[in-house]
Amino acid sequence: MKFLLMLHMNPSAWEALTEDERQAVMNAHEGFMAAIRESGEFINTQALADPSTARVVRVRDGVPVVSDGPYIETKEFLAGYYLVDCESQARALELAAMIPDAAVPGMGVEVRQIMFDAGMEM
Amino acid sequence: MSGFEADLRALAPQVLGTLVRRHGQFDACEDAVQEALLAAVTQWPSGMPDDPRAWLLTVATRRLTDMWRSESARRRREEADALRTVPSEPSAVDDTLRLLFLCCHPDLSPSSQVALTLRAVGGLTTAQIARAFLVPEATMAQRISRAKARVRGGFTEHDGALPAVLQVLYLIFNEGYTAGAGADLLNTDLTAEAIRLTRLARAALPDEPEVTALLALMLLTDARRPARTAPDGGLVPLEEQDRTLWNRDQITEGVRLASSAMSTGGLGPYRLQAAIAAVHAEAPSAAETDWRQIAVLYRILSRIAPNPMVTLSHAVAVAMVEGPSAGLALLDTLDDDSRVAHHHRLAAVRAHLLEMTGDPTAARAAYLAAARATASAPEQRYLTTRADRLRADPPAPPQMTTSSE
Repeated sequence: MKFLLMLHMNPSAWEALTEDERQAVMNAHEGFMAAIRESGEFINTQALADPSTARVVRVRDGVPVVSDGPYIETKEFLAGYYLVDCESQARALELAAMIPDAAVPGMGVEVRQIMFDAGMEM
Repeated sequence: MSGFEADLRALAPQVLGTLVRRHGQFDACEDAVQEALLAAVTQWPSGMPDDPRAWLLTVATRRLTDMWRSESARRRREEADALRTVPSEPSAVDDTLRLLFLCCHPDLSPSSQVALTLRAVGGLTTAQIARAFLVPEATMAQRISRAKARVRGGFTEHDGALPAVLQVLYLIFNEGYTAGAGADLLNTDLTAEAIRLTRLARAALPDEPEVTALLALMLLTDARRPARTAPDGGLVPLEEQDRTLWNRDQITEGVRLASSAMSTGGLGPYRLQAAIAAVHAEAPSAAETDWRQIAVLYRILSRIAPNPMVTLSHAVAVAMVEGPSAGLALLDTLDDDSRVAHHHRLAAVRAHLLEMTGDPTAARAAYLAAARATASAPEQRYLTTRADRLRADPPAPPQMTTSSE
């Protein structure tokens, strides 16, 4: 089963950490990545650029209209993700708990299953 | 695949099984067999050996010895080998079977058991297995190498038991069977591979009725494949399938195998499932299906192998015999079962039975709940379509600002 482990950033929670604590969170990602590579569960990971660099494209009457800023206006934003393939949802939750951001007060990792193109007769 | 390559694929697990039995060291043996196969590909075209299996075994053993010579631990390992008791030489078929049991070792997770079985017994490449499961090759390579390390010591008394082997074979089959039409173009045919491996297991265990029954179940299920997807890739439920598309040869063989497995007197989960599949396969239409017999078979199955998924199927059969309210009453017993309470199949079956009772509003809500809960795209499309059919008002035309579609 494939899951997207989404790292939601809460800027005020993040800024409440000391510089050393922030560095420790970032460094701990290396350990997490090594662990899921070793277990054969790692597919892909990406960090996203700051939402202030985002653009939103809307096509109106066939004309693209580009505006600045993220699509959803909230203080939290998607900062990056891990795509994993693991045995079960329970294991995906276990993996999410290993991500250092999950332990930051005020932050959490969202676990969503990836849709697949296989189905049972009903 | 040429006949030559098919021969090699059939021989590879036999040779690997024999080497692992003699020497342990699963991963070293596998490397040696790979090298022997490469040698065969280059050398056989200019002259086939009289006994291809013996040839491969000799070359692989030589490679293995070469590898060990180059290692400092050689002496220690040779001493350990000398202590290993090698009683009588079992047959090649037995070695393949032992390899299969080893790949289904209880220390491995189901996905690792599947990957290792396809690699070592099925002879698929890591790239093929990775493609079949839509993961990067590096991920699959790592999973297989971990699995090999776990079973490094070779055969022990802790190898997988028969139920584990059957479960792995059935997992491989279902992985292939449920794959959408689009995926068929990309995927290695896991369904055919599962059937081939189950035939191998049956050749080694001809008197084991559960193996025969699993083969029957696979053939009877796979026979429906041409009818189970619409040209647009949508799922076609059993009751709406065009039964003239079903594969008659597979049904004939499947029914014969199911009957022979049932005639042994005992009962087992695969025998019961094969018997149910045989009843469906022999029915000229959904309406003319012997639902009474199917309901009885599910009742026995839920007694000997209780499982909420079996209860779901049992509820459908009960609804067909006694009416939808009886089926719904059986479903209510699952609402407190955490394994299935939020599962889309419970909501989907409930929706179906509510539709039978003539309650379109409740049925539609249940179809939509099921559609939200599934992670399968074709299932979601199917469930949404069923829900849309039950809409009180015809759907409003979509608001498009661009040209009409």
